[in-house]
Amino acid sequence: MTPVIKTRLIKTLLIANRGEIARRIIRTCNASGIRTVAVFSDPDADAPHVREADFAVRLPGASPAETYLRADLLVEAATMAGADAVHPGYGFLSENADFARKVQAAGLTWVGPEPDSIESMGSKVAAKKRMAAAGVPTLPELDPETVTEFPVLIKASAGGGGRGMRIVREKAGFADALASARREAESAFGDPTVFCEPLLEHARHVEVQILADTHGTVWALGERECSIQRRHQKIVEESPSPAVTDDVRKRLFAAATAAAESIGYVGAGTVEFMLKGEDFHFLEVNTRLQVEHPVTELVHGVDLVEWQLRIAEGAALPVEVPEPRGHAIEVRLYAEDPANDWRPASGTLHRFHVPGDIRLDSGVEDGSVVSVHYDPMLAKVIACAPTRRAAARKLATALESARIHGLITNRQLLVDILEHDAFLNGDTHTGFLTEHDFTRTFDPQPFALAAALAQAAGRRIGHLPLGWRNVRSQQPRARFLFGEEPVEVEYDPAQATPDVVTLDLDGVRTPFHVARYGDLIEVDSPRGSVTLKVVPRFPEPETKLAPGATIAPMPGTVVRVSVQQGDQVEAGAELLVLEAMKMEHRVLATSAGTVTELLVEKAQQVNAGDVLAVVAGKNGDEQ
Amino acid sequence: MGNREALLAKIAGLDAEHAKALAGGGPKYVERHHKRGKLLARERVELLVDEDSPFLELSPLAAWGTDFPVGASVVTGIGRIEGVECVIVANDPTVRGGSSNPYTLRKSLRANDIALQNRLPLVSLVESGGADLPTQSEIFIPGGRAFRDLTRLSAAGIPTITAVFGNATAGGAYVPGMSDYAIMIKDRSKVFLGGPPLVKMATGEDSDDESLGGASMHGATSGLADFVAEDETDAIRLARRVVARLNWRKLGPEPAPVEEPLFDAESILDIVSEDQRVPFDPRDVIARLVDGSVFDEFKPLYGNSLVTGWARMHGYPVGILANARGVLFSEESQKATQFIQLANQSDTPLVFLQNTTGYMVGAQYEQGGIVKHGSMMINAVSNSRVPHLTITMGASYGAGNYGMCGRAYDPRFLFTWPNAKSAVMGPAQLAGVLSIVGRQAAMAKGQEYNEEHDAAMRRMVEAQIEEQSLAPFLSGKLYDDGVIDPRDTRTVLGVCLSAVHSGPIKGADGFGVFRM
Repeated sequence: MTPVIKTRLIKTLLIANRGEIARRIIRTCNASGIRTVAVFSDPDADAPHVREADFAVRLPGASPAETYLRADLLVEAATMAGADAVHPGYGFLSENADFARKVQAAGLTWVGPEPDSIESMGSKVAAKKRMAAAGVPTLPELDPETVTEFPVLIKASAGGGGRGMRIVREKAGFADALASARREAESAFGDPTVFCEPLLEHARHVEVQILADTHGTVWALGERECSIQRRHQKIVEESPSPAVTDDVRKRLFAAATAAAESIGYVGAGTVEFMLKGEDFHFLEVNTRLQVEHPVTELVHGVDLVEWQLRIAEGAALPVEVPEPRGHAIEVRLYAEDPANDWRPASGTLHRFHVPGDIRLDSGVEDGSVVSVHYDPMLAKVIACAPTRRAAARKLATALESARIHGLITNRQLLVDILEHDAFLNGDTHTGFLTEHDFTRTFDPQPFALAAALAQAAGRRIGHLPLGWRNVRSQQPRARFLFGEEPVEVEYDPAQATPDVVTLDLDGVRTPFHVARYGDLIEVDSPRGSVTLKVVPRFPEPETKLAPGATIAPMPGTVVRVSVQQGDQVEAGAELLVLEAMKMEHRVLATSAGTVTELLVEKAQQVNAGDVLAVVAGKNGDEQ
Repeated sequence: MGNREALLAKIAGLDAEHAKALAGGGPKYVERHHKRGKLLARERVELLVDEDSPFLELSPLAAWGTDFPVGASVVTGIGRIEGVECVIVANDPTVRGGSSNPYTLRKSLRANDIALQNRLPLVSLVESGGADLPTQSEIFIPGGRAFRDLTRLSAAGIPTITAVFGNATAGGAYVPGMSDYAIMIKDRSKVFLGGPPLVKMATGEDSDDESLGGASMHGATSGLADFVAEDETDAIRLARRVVARLNWRKLGPEPAPVEEPLFDAESILDIVSEDQRVPFDPRDVIARLVDGSVFDEFKPLYGNSLVTGWARMHGYPVGILANARGVLFSEESQKATQFIQLANQSDTPLVFLQNTTGYMVGAQYEQGGIVKHGSMMINAVSNSRVPHLTITMGASYGAGNYGMCGRAYDPRFLFTWPNAKSAVMGPAQLAGVLSIVGRQAAMAKGQEYNEEHDAAMRRMVEAQIEEQSLAPFLSGKLYDDGVIDPRDTRTVLGVCLSAVHSGPIKGADGFGVFRM
């Protein structure tokens, strides 16, 4: 295979992506003097990546299918904005060979491997065969029709991100799992092909960063371990892996280099393996920049995006691979609720600030709106330190100190992982989150007290003491909701302080930072962060429609009967119409149910208060 | 005991008396009330006022020293509702069913006066079993004023809002009836002139509570209820919404920015002499009451037993008159007269800090015109139209009580420190006067004066006068608006000054004839 040698200098780059990766690429472009073109869907019109780019092109619509997955619109945008190259980022069209071809056909530089390389790795079944042929260790493939050894893992051939993936532990249920995996793969990737492998339990996910130029140099730029996953998606990644010995590393690098060379790979890519003990098996090749690339950058002191661009311009890699120094750990901060089946959250992120000596690759900022249309990852937070434990500590403290207001996140879980003994001992594997229990009980009382005192401080009138009484009959109380749990605190308004409330907790002075957004109160302290909802002092009375039978609101004549006895009606459905004083008045069902009695007919005269109809509730109670 | 310890002991005594008022009808009745899903009077008030806003309870010691429970089965005070300062009156149904005794009436009428004089909306939380029948003769006829006050408030443009939490029957029915707004609670409020037994007796008609006076009936049929609440909390919510929609605007000038005093209020306790015969410098107190501790003294060299001057409290300009050495002489009287006139010229409220043993007696002073000069001062105080606020810091004896704007001179508010004493004269003096008069009478009749009897009489009179001149006794008789912790004085005055500014602040156009 002859690599296409490019000598073109990239002057303007279109970034066919959004969020943190778009911003990440813009950063390198800014440092290199490359102009950038952002694209944006309608919900992203005010997103930071749009503002930070030199130019921006709208992709009308909201869903990825209408916007970031539209190869035609992206190529058109690049042409319109005068871009001479396209960087796909990760996700979306980054591993779409057709898109890469369209970009090249438009005379633009594609920042990534050749379309054929992408394609050759697109089918996992084919990729696996090819790697086995190149001498890369692979797991035996099991025929879905004859599999007998359990547990097995069913995977979508065209898949990624855990979709179409199933773990089956016994024969019973295998057929169902296979069918559902196929359906999911079909709907997610348009290809129902699935394959089976023996399930490796307590194995680690280890991957090798590859950087290859068009002159034949291939770097194996260290490994990353990304074993800690939820729903088959990585949330904690690090480099180097605590489990990889020098010997294993040598073999891993050799396998990864062989894999890259076997497909004539150019640019940045990743070869993923499952590692158990000293043995590893090929998983897949990601023909793009990885989400977790920053750990490699920090440990090796390289800018992978810069190298992607330079390689696309035809530059040659030095022969010497940069040496690793220290240890880097990345966590993915998601707007999601780990306690609630990882349910993604959307809405306004009122405040977003992560302090400390960390690298923050974020797609959001104060006031960003997290929409339902895209991945709810807010940011990647990466710490680098001479040792793994030091990096973990630095990262945990930065996360604890972060101000993340408005949306529920996995922050606390990330902190708990980083501080977990098993993690600190390097005892990680892909079942880490299932093996260890991360549910925690949290005492919201001091947080509620701080919230109450800060809230009280905002109620000062002139200089009169807050909540002053000459005769005090009761201590003021404040009520909040901590999740679903009601929290009530007694407080002394004389102690009220705005914004930062310092409480003495068992002799330890502890500051609590309180921020309020509508009825949402965010309390941050070195003891953790808590979101509280203000319970209104007076519950708004529900709009109560008079229960029982429907009565005539005034004297009049029935001009229309809209229902029949026995009809099912919804609350608010029209039952009949009265005419009085030349005006029509619709009489509506006050609740859903069955019309059990209809006591009037058309043209009948009724008096105010006459019962017109009776609607019985679903369980037969008269409503 | 030092000054501080003596005063702290008095404050502790005051807290104990307040606790009696807070206890209401006692644990048994409080529990029964709660079990019925009802809120206590003060719980209703706390829910009614804005969260963490100040609430100045008035006359908490009403009925102290009488046969009636301390507090007089009603809670009154000044609080903020939706940012509007209101007078709040709440019956305490745990005390004898919330029935009104003569002190309940005096306390409620005082609250009405405060609402009218200071242009404060009146919010009543009613739940009363009506008049205390054994004392009906002291209540029935003067009690009519309660209803008159409501409509006069309304006529003066001061809104009246009533929420009925339970019974408001017979005369009580006129409370919602005479109010601008009436809120009733479903299945709880009962408002009628005559209940079922009385109706049966009067007309033979069979009836029930709900059809005679239930909230739903009044809401949908009689129209006496403007709002029908779901429960007590909802009634309070509705009362707050009504106040929010009054579109209330205060008529007094806005306060200037506030500066805290340079001295800690706590140190007031060190200033006040334990022994009332030892005067203290009121400037030390003033420095702890006024903004930035800045006091511009007027006529400092003249009549220096009375301190006069200008300052600001919580941003409001005030003129202050404070006794420095107890006695008022002619010079002090004339100085006060001029100062009061000046305050009226500039529409500046006045604060009286009482610590006076009265006007000077003796031939020299009588000949110097002390009666004339004292009269001038009393004339000025009587006809002054700017708001007066009085604090009894210590002694308040004789006509000094009048000249320094005692209760009879209608200060908008009058509060007493727990160490204060007030009487026509000091107990020892009064007993001594009686002794001299008795001795003279005996001598005139040529009888021997019984020294033993005299000593016993003096002891008895002294003890009685002493007891009747103490702060709780006077407060029990509604001769003040409450006994306060001296350290709270600046706050109390701040609340009161803000309240008086609800109405216009305007000085007198003329005074009575000043004898010269």
